[in-house]
Amino acid sequence: MNRPIVADYRLLAAAGILSVFGIAMVYSAGQTDTPTAVASAYKSQILWLLIGLGFAYAVGHSSVRFIEWMTTPLYLFSIFLLALTLVIGKGAGTAASTKSWLAIGSHRIGQPSEIAKVTVVLMLAKVLANQREGPKSLLDLWKPALVVIIPWLIIMLQPDLGTGIVFIGIFFAMLYWAGVAWPLLILIASPAISLILSFSVGLWGAWFFILLALVLWYRPYLIEGIVLMVLNVATGVIAPMMWEKLAPYQQNRLKVFIDPSADPRASGYHVIQSKVAIGSGGFFGKGFTQGTQKRLAFLPEQHTDFIFSVVGEELGFLGVTIVLALFLWLFLRITQVAERANDSYSSLVAFGLMSGWFVHVLVNVGMTLNLMPITGIPLPFFSYGGSFMLASWLAVGILMRISGEGRGSALSLRR
Amino acid sequence: MSFHPNDVARRARMSSLALTVGFLVLIGAFFKTQVIQNKQYVMQSQENRLRPIPLPAPRGIIYDRHGEVIAENLPAYSVSITSPNVDSLRSALAQLAPTLQLTQNDINLAIRRYRRAPTRPTVILPDASIDIVSVLEEHRLDFPRLIIQSVPKRYYPDGPMVASFVGYTGEISESELNDPKYAAYKPGQQIGKGGLEKQYESILHGKEGVRFDEVDARGRPVRGEGPRPDLSAEGAPPLYTNIDLDLQKFTVGIFADSLQGGAVAIDPTSGEVLALYSAPSWDPNKFTGGIPVDYYKQLLDDKRRPLVNKAIQGRYPPGSTFKLATSVIALQDGLVGLKEHMPVPCSGGYQYGTRYFRCWEKKGHGSLDLEQAIKHSCDVYFYQLGLKVGLSRMIAGGINLTMRDKSGIDLPEENQPFWPYAIDYYNKRYGRNWSNAETLNLAIGQGANSQTVVNMAKFYSAVSMQGIAPRPEIAHLIPQRKQIFRLSSAQDSVLLEGLKAVLQGGGTAAASAIQGLTLAGKTGTAQNPGGVDHGWFVGFAPADHPKIVVAVLLEFGGHGSRAAHIASAIIGHYLKVGPIQATMDEG
Repeated sequence: MNRPIVADYRLLAAAGILSVFGIAMVYSAGQTDTPTAVASAYKSQILWLLIGLGFAYAVGHSSVRFIEWMTTPLYLFSIFLLALTLVIGKGAGTAASTKSWLAIGSHRIGQPSEIAKVTVVLMLAKVLANQREGPKSLLDLWKPALVVIIPWLIIMLQPDLGTGIVFIGIFFAMLYWAGVAWPLLILIASPAISLILSFSVGLWGAWFFILLALVLWYRPYLIEGIVLMVLNVATGVIAPMMWEKLAPYQQNRLKVFIDPSADPRASGYHVIQSKVAIGSGGFFGKGFTQGTQKRLAFLPEQHTDFIFSVVGEELGFLGVTIVLALFLWLFLRITQVAERANDSYSSLVAFGLMSGWFVHVLVNVGMTLNLMPITGIPLPFFSYGGSFMLASWLAVGILMRISGEGRGSALSLRR
Repeated sequence: MSFHPNDVARRARMSSLALTVGFLVLIGAFFKTQVIQNKQYVMQSQENRLRPIPLPAPRGIIYDRHGEVIAENLPAYSVSITSPNVDSLRSALAQLAPTLQLTQNDINLAIRRYRRAPTRPTVILPDASIDIVSVLEEHRLDFPRLIIQSVPKRYYPDGPMVASFVGYTGEISESELNDPKYAAYKPGQQIGKGGLEKQYESILHGKEGVRFDEVDARGRPVRGEGPRPDLSAEGAPPLYTNIDLDLQKFTVGIFADSLQGGAVAIDPTSGEVLALYSAPSWDPNKFTGGIPVDYYKQLLDDKRRPLVNKAIQGRYPPGSTFKLATSVIALQDGLVGLKEHMPVPCSGGYQYGTRYFRCWEKKGHGSLDLEQAIKHSCDVYFYQLGLKVGLSRMIAGGINLTMRDKSGIDLPEENQPFWPYAIDYYNKRYGRNWSNAETLNLAIGQGANSQTVVNMAKFYSAVSMQGIAPRPEIAHLIPQRKQIFRLSSAQDSVLLEGLKAVLQGGGTAAASAIQGLTLAGKTGTAQNPGGVDHGWFVGFAPADHPKIVVAVLLEFGGHGSRAAHIASAIIGHYLKVGPIQATMDEG
């Protein structure tokens, strides 16, 4: 490395402000009228942030080439940890019956899936960057698909629907960034779309004709085309059976997503209470730590999955807008970093990390207003949780490094 | 890989656009929820966390005519609990059962109250003893949802003495909750169950208040001070009655423990009920907050039937007291002259067709005019007077004299007296096989005729007031009077002289006369096929300017002279004259 590296202060500032804001909200989440274990959560969150900053600093002082070189071992290690959860995994929070936590005895160590989100992005970037030609056919995509499908399957076995959605989001976003054509992306997604639409025969039928038209227009290899159509028919038929296979709490969450009042005291309770908290916040909010819904424990998981409801209740529409603007600022900045990155690997890593966060924000924030199903995925920099905080700051470190090495660095711009 | 800078720039633009749109959609959704729908959610959040605790209103105090208290409120403690669902209520009750000494019945009642109004605190014990309350206060933290409230409890200082008219209060029942009349009521509330308490429930119940407790998601109260000001309960206005508590107590005293029957004292000018008593009585204080099962069973098993109000519910053949009605009917239609004698003089009986109708006096009364016939209560005279009137006129006359109507007293339990509606009654009842002998029976107050004590008091009020019958009223209302018959003053005075003579030498109630006071009245014997006859007396005083009418029925009292004794004592006490001259055994 012969070029001096200058820190990307905009990126650092956005992530830093969000983290401090987040810790303040975790502190507020612990301020309730009935004693709660959440009261001291902010202290450990501060500790995690400091450790995360250390990680980010270390990674920021390595080089992108080193990260690329480490990618395959890191990826394999994270897959190993993920597989381990199936054997000794434990559940927590809204998903107590799952196995997403690594635990020794009753002591929970961490959630490997959070680390896997980063390593999968790295691995995917490496695989995509190594392909000379952009993927033109479905067959060309088997390698990147494999990179995602292995951890995805393990995560679906835990089961952790939310994290599964994040992986899919990352996969599609990175394919797009790698230059995969729109029609091909739709063709890849078609079995999943068939799955969703299979609940209505009419919609599925319509979708099938659109797909057929798309296949004829895009002209993939014949076998591909046939396999694709067969796959679509299969998922369309299998879907109802898959539904039966879902755990009852997952079925409930999906049902409640469609109609929260169907089960107001159980699964729907979370969404209703969250909306009441946010809605009663008004424009300016009830004041920091003063949210009544939160204080009186009507908000569930107020320090993790529903931390954004506390923002909505206590800081009002104004606070919500500020936080969302900060996220948007961060994501636009990362997109810029990805655009100006020195090489395709760096560019893909940056865009992949950003898209992972974006899915988190979209699903988590959407969930508090019932725009998204409750999948129990955390809000980056806000939700209480060590693994995710570490992983996020690890990602910040990587992004800082990519930004520093990229064309868009402050130094290069000044030249 | 297509990483040509132009391609990357295009994708970056598209991505930035997608990001911006995504965030704008989110912000829009928050704007809708937080700014546009804010009011609705603020309301929901308040509903969530503010738990209304009803504050029962004290019932209106009931006073007698001199301002003496008949019914008041004492402080008591009620224990209630809030629960999110039936299961939680069940487990809480199971935990509380040993401390509160709850029976299975108490638990079932509480669960039913909960089902009726799950959002209200469910009353477990409407009237908890101070011992239970102090134990509960010690374990306050174990039962955070428990609400111990100081509530007003109905109390009747004179208990059984006033039960006959005041009634009692109790928790609203399921059937009452279904009644549209009680649509505004909630389970666990106290309502008037009988007597004045029921009659004037709408006035007496007051307006329930609300206290708002702030609770957490589990329903536990979190702060001392209310987040919203209380709506304090509004006590009901007092109810002023016409009852003379002193006279009421005196009446109760005469009946003592041995006598059973009913008595009503009315001011004939206004219908104001001065005293009303049914002996034996019961204790309304024991009924407040749930009737104890053993006490209720004891009352039900009592052969003297204390739960039947003998002043307004019990129906008895009026016997000779009805002869005044027969006289009024005959005089009104001009069927008998004031000095006219009946064709057959009384020789101890009267031969009508194949049947011989006895006079109560076996020795016979000889030939009498109306005044003398009233004085001696001669059956033979009235048999013949009845025949003169005829059955259909007799029935119609009785109806006009309100013998088929309730007196209209302001008590919900009053029974309608019995009197034939027309001759058709006999056709329906006996087919064609009834004889005109029914006329003879009706004429002397027997047969198809049974009257309540209060209705006879009303009729005699009319007799004492030239035919103007007042509606008997316990609450102090505007008097309502109605002319039920009209006689000439000569006719009136014959009746009055006859009634006076009853209480003079040779009269049937001569032994009940009071020195210095002219009494007027009539004895009666209600034939009781099941045992000893019931004794009647209805009278008024002073005879020329009546201030009080008293009707007394003594169950198994035999001849009316013992009833006359009671009535005369009540009158004497009220008009503050006496002492009572005669003794009981002279009757």
